[in-house]
Amino acid sequence: MADQDSLIEVRDLRTYFYLREGIVRAVDGASFTIRRGKTTGVVGESGCGKSVTAQSIMQIVPKPGRIVGGEITFHYGGPGAAKGGAQVKITDLAPQSDEMRAIRGSAIGMIFQEPMSSFSPVHTIGDQLSETILLHQSVSKGTAREIALQMMGHVGIANPERNFAAYPYQLSGGMRQRAMIAMALMLRPSLLIADEPTTALDVTTEAQILRLMRRLQGELGMAIMFITHDLGVIAEMADDVVVMYLGRVVEYAGVDAIFHEPRHPYLQALLRSIPRIGVKGGGRLAAIEGMVPNPLDIPAGCPFHPRCPELIPELCDVQTPPDTLLGQRHMVACHLYRREG
Amino acid sequence: MSETSNVKRQTSNVKRQTSNVKRQTSNVKREASDGDVLLRVAGLKKYFPVHKGFLRRTAGFVRAVDGVDFYIKRGETFGLVGESGCGKTTTGRCVLRAIEPTVGQALFQDQEMGRVDVMALDEAGLKVFRRHTAMIFQDPYSSLNPRMTLLDIVGEPLINNGVAGQERRDRVEQLLQMVGLRPEYIVRYPHAFSGGQRQRIGIARALALNPQFVVCDEPVSALDVSIQAQTLNLLQDLQDELGLTYLFVAHQLNVVEHICDRVAVMYVGKLVEMAETENLFQTPLHPYTEALMGAAPRPDPRLRRERIVLEGEVANPARPPSGCYFHPRCPYAIALCSAEEPALRELRPEHFVKCHRAGELTLKGISAYA
Repeated sequence: MADQDSLIEVRDLRTYFYLREGIVRAVDGASFTIRRGKTTGVVGESGCGKSVTAQSIMQIVPKPGRIVGGEITFHYGGPGAAKGGAQVKITDLAPQSDEMRAIRGSAIGMIFQEPMSSFSPVHTIGDQLSETILLHQSVSKGTAREIALQMMGHVGIANPERNFAAYPYQLSGGMRQRAMIAMALMLRPSLLIADEPTTALDVTTEAQILRLMRRLQGELGMAIMFITHDLGVIAEMADDVVVMYLGRVVEYAGVDAIFHEPRHPYLQALLRSIPRIGVKGGGRLAAIEGMVPNPLDIPAGCPFHPRCPELIPELCDVQTPPDTLLGQRHMVACHLYRREG
Repeated sequence: MSETSNVKRQTSNVKRQTSNVKRQTSNVKREASDGDVLLRVAGLKKYFPVHKGFLRRTAGFVRAVDGVDFYIKRGETFGLVGESGCGKTTTGRCVLRAIEPTVGQALFQDQEMGRVDVMALDEAGLKVFRRHTAMIFQDPYSSLNPRMTLLDIVGEPLINNGVAGQERRDRVEQLLQMVGLRPEYIVRYPHAFSGGQRQRIGIARALALNPQFVVCDEPVSALDVSIQAQTLNLLQDLQDELGLTYLFVAHQLNVVEHICDRVAVMYVGKLVEMAETENLFQTPLHPYTEALMGAAPRPDPRLRRERIVLEGEVANPARPPSGCYFHPRCPYAIALCSAEEPALRELRPEHFVKCHRAGELTLKGISAYA
């Protein structure tokens, strides 16, 4: 799957949390690729490891968690430079190293669900935006201010001159999210990681932010890693989709295949269970039985086997299914497909 | 000084509006004779005072609910949708008198007391009313006391109504089974359960006294996608089994469309449209409803297209715009919309809309995006 468009390659990533109660395998053997200039959606329920995967790429996994295995490769050069091997193994860098700090912010930007907690409450929006540039580039304060104002206009903040001096609490939720996008894009990163960026917003504001992100991607050409639990948002935004369940990537494919040719029983069941708007069935929903297991006590074999309608006894509950390629860019981790191959 | 006079003006405003409500309620009383209406709400308002300064003077009001009329039929699920801050939760709470409304009427057909105005009930009447109504909350983590066992949580309403000992224990076990939890769990504490299971505990508690009417306040919003379907199915099964009537407050349009028989849309404290679910989704009459449908992300990449995206933001309920509250964002607004507030009109049978231009506009329903 590694080709010229690859920007980030994640191979067999394992990020564990060492708690007093035991080990939480938050990410346990995840592999996927983020393509240059494209949007990769990462979807899953709470505790599936989607946010920890993003934190691993940024090397900001909170303690007591750490990356214990696998590798993340970042092809930072342009398409031409990729041949020359302009790449760096993020997993080889120390989280505090200068190289990693240079990557964070300038090459990879990140936005979060709750913008309020990502801004300092005692500094103005403008100061915080300019600081990003002053930290990474040797420019004057005036130039930094110019770039910040320009970016604020870019993300649709009305009246940038006045809002430059505003404190985060003075902005509405939608405007704060725009300010955070501006901050993440200040240094024109080649990847924007968006961790549930619209979950806290109302639907009409969400539609505005999604449209903004699509427009900015068209203008600036960055790749987006879009993390969400909302399949509707994924369908709207993603080119490629990574579906996670309990730390594993269960399916990885193009967005059309994910919604129209889903292969993994979990994804199939999940798509059947959501109420479809405009398709008034009136009857019961096809619910997935059972609960999401406790992360300290993940079932052996395939983590979905206790809830799986297509369970193969003495295989699924014993052996971890390997990643199986079904097509050029369609991977599924399920024993059903392994037997066919 | 000017602040005080402002306040006075606003207070007298409220008073004037109150007398308006009185005039309206006489109308409602006449209509309410039909037998299948369980609850008829008229002129409901809830203003929260905003305090300012050292003396905590009232500097204004947040009009959380600003004159809402609707009715709920026996045995149906009535949906209340809108964005955060539109007053849907406050409406649900006022109807049960979990909070005291500023003004308004709610005629409830009680199984014991007959037709009563909930807003006028005294202590004794409220106690009876509360036995027949219940509430299910959004957050299953904060709505259960972590120091109480399931027996105490689910059995608390029973104790308050004189059921104790073995009888109470039996009833709690029965309730747990009803919501799909094992009776052995009765001795456990909430921390031992997942979000979906906790929501089931909340549902069991709500059903402890066999209510007629249940307000469900975003009951699945905090749950994982794979758990939402189970919970919605459970709510539907219980409704069929026990003949419950639901007021279902939610913001997810797909959930509302699936579970509700009739739906009302709220915007900044006002009810802007109310209709049977299919009519509302297929042939909306209010521009805000159309915009909500356009904005809702759909789980099918083949439906991607340029949507109508509303500009601007939801109005501030402390300083709402003039006329129709939606006019600053409305793509169809005319001069009249900023000058005069439209009335709620029944444009088609059982299809109510609060818009000057409703009827002359052709709006896109949900099928336009299919």
